[in-house]
Amino acid sequence: MGLAALCAAGWLSLGVGVAGVGVADLLSPTDEQLRILTTSRIPRLIAIVLAGASLSIAGLIMQRITQNRFVSPSTSGTTEAAVLGVLIATLVFGSTSLTWKMLIAIGFAIGGTMLFLQMLSRIRHRDGLVVALVGLMYGGVIAAATTFVAYQRDLLQFLEIWTAGSFSGVIENRYEALFIVAPVALLGYLFADRFTVVGLGADFATNLGVNYQRVLYSGLVIVSMISAVVVVVIGAIPFLGLIVPNIVTLWMGDNLRRVLPVTALAGAGFVLACDVAGRLIRYPYEISASTLAGIIGGVVFIGLIMRAADRAGAR
Amino acid sequence: MIELSGVTKTYDGQAVLTEVDVTIPRGRLTALVGPNGAGKSTLFGIASRLIVADAGHVTVDDLDIARARNEEVARRLAVLRQDNTLAARLSVADLVRFGRFPHSKGRLTADDHRIVAAAIAELELEPFRDRFLDQLSGGQRQRAFIAMVLAQDTDYVLLDEPLNNLDLRHSVQMMRRLRSLVDDHAKTIALVLHDVNFASAHADHIVALRDGIVVAQGPPEQIITPEVLSEVYEVDVSVLDHDGQRVAVYFR
Ligand SMILES: Nc1ncnc2c1ncn2[C@@H]1O[C@H](COP(=O)(O)OP(=O)(O)O)[C@@H](O)[C@H]1O
Ligand SMILES: [Mg+2]
Repeated sequence: MGLAALCAAGWLSLGVGVAGVGVADLLSPTDEQLRILTTSRIPRLIAIVLAGASLSIAGLIMQRITQNRFVSPSTSGTTEAAVLGVLIATLVFGSTSLTWKMLIAIGFAIGGTMLFLQMLSRIRHRDGLVVALVGLMYGGVIAAATTFVAYQRDLLQFLEIWTAGSFSGVIENRYEALFIVAPVALLGYLFADRFTVVGLGADFATNLGVNYQRVLYSGLVIVSMISAVVVVVIGAIPFLGLIVPNIVTLWMGDNLRRVLPVTALAGAGFVLACDVAGRLIRYPYEISASTLAGIIGGVVFIGLIMRAADRAGAR
Repeated sequence: MIELSGVTKTYDGQAVLTEVDVTIPRGRLTALVGPNGAGKSTLFGIASRLIVADAGHVTVDDLDIARARNEEVARRLAVLRQDNTLAARLSVADLVRFGRFPHSKGRLTADDHRIVAAAIAELELEPFRDRFLDQLSGGQRQRAFIAMVLAQDTDYVLLDEPLNNLDLRHSVQMMRRLRSLVDDHAKTIALVLHDVNFASAHADHIVALRDGIVVAQGPPEQIITPEVLSEVYEVDVSVLDHDGQRVAVYFR
């Protein structure tokens, strides 16, 4: 059912845009319309599905292995660190070197996330509120440092590209690097049981013969790679990796092997909905998917925090 | 046989275990008793490689637990710690299935499914098998954890206060079940017990610990005595004979 809804939304997305291809033309496009579809609309749809699904999977894995529902790429400094990485790569290697941007962004994302987890392990009260606040502040500090560097080097207009994800620039031959997230996310699925076991805590994991540290770090590398690649190719999509897994697991529980496919589907669907809505609301102008995701995600995030605070109060 | 020799553990300069030598004999039910803070949980943690000792070593049959591969130990020895709170919301059935992880790495065979179903049935968890753990009572949750450890189907099983949260009937049933695992399935089981009378009634071997030192170890006749129990717990204890069963009385 979810898959069918996603297909329908995908179909709709192919038929929305300024250039003259409507939903009705999809079945029998003219040559010109076919060109628009293959160079722009279809790449855009693929990019949306890849980014939405993989970022949601990244959030899911991160929450499970850290045993904390408020940890996610966009609330723990991972995304911000990746942006800093791209900025530095651009400063050092110029704006054309995609490989360097990827590698350095991934490195920074891994480093930034590890540092946050180090901080987290030192905090006594690991309840949702505190973790969410510390994570947001930490991300804020990295973002501020990034802005400062960008301002100094007159690169502020570039920063916008990486911090505010948008699919409007996705065209053939300009987004294919995003395909890297597919095998990485698949690896996440293959490791799903190990991540669930690690999410039971170090004692349970060791008892079941799982190397806790190794699996934890493998998970963080997977999460960082996905986040960094999406930042480089599309730009950040705020709260996606937080709210989608939270809502799915609230309903289905935390057995990753079972929830991971649903999370991927829901994430792709959510971003697709944001993107289509963003193209329709102020037609013919576009509101970027990340803006809408940020607004909706922010509201849901506050709701989740309130819910956690409520529970803490009731205890 | 699990053998701990010269095991020492210190936390923040405080000795928690001092040169402990303990033997958990194969094919027997061993009870570890002693007052709060005696070091029982620490001892089990070290015996099951979850805690690293400062000195001494642990062997499980021919395996040196510090050197052996984690996965190999997991197929031979299962442990349940004292306090288990999970951040993850898993169903009872999923949790018990994870007990098979050391054997199947997540790809459960028909055999695995049979063992899981048996463990769930053993612990009377069938009515709750699809419920999340956070929707259970403390005793039901405790039984779910024990079912997971039993599904691991290892020769050695260490249970830290398995009777926690269990009512009288479930406590007695649990002890009988563990007894039958030892008698009928050749398992070696060690458990921390608070109630010395359960140890007296069901254990083959008792280890008494106080302040990180082994005060006594031996068969129940040697441990369930006024002298040993008074020394271990620092209260007056009398021991009565009830149809050949030694019963410690210490309520007044
Ligand atoms: N992680 C730890 N850090 C510091 N002290 C600890 C830790 N774990 C246990 N202790 C201390 O070690 C002693 C023995 O604890 P434990 O083995 O849990 O005792 P028992 O299970 O017999 O009640 C206690 O005094 C406890 O406070
Ligand atoms: Mg204890």
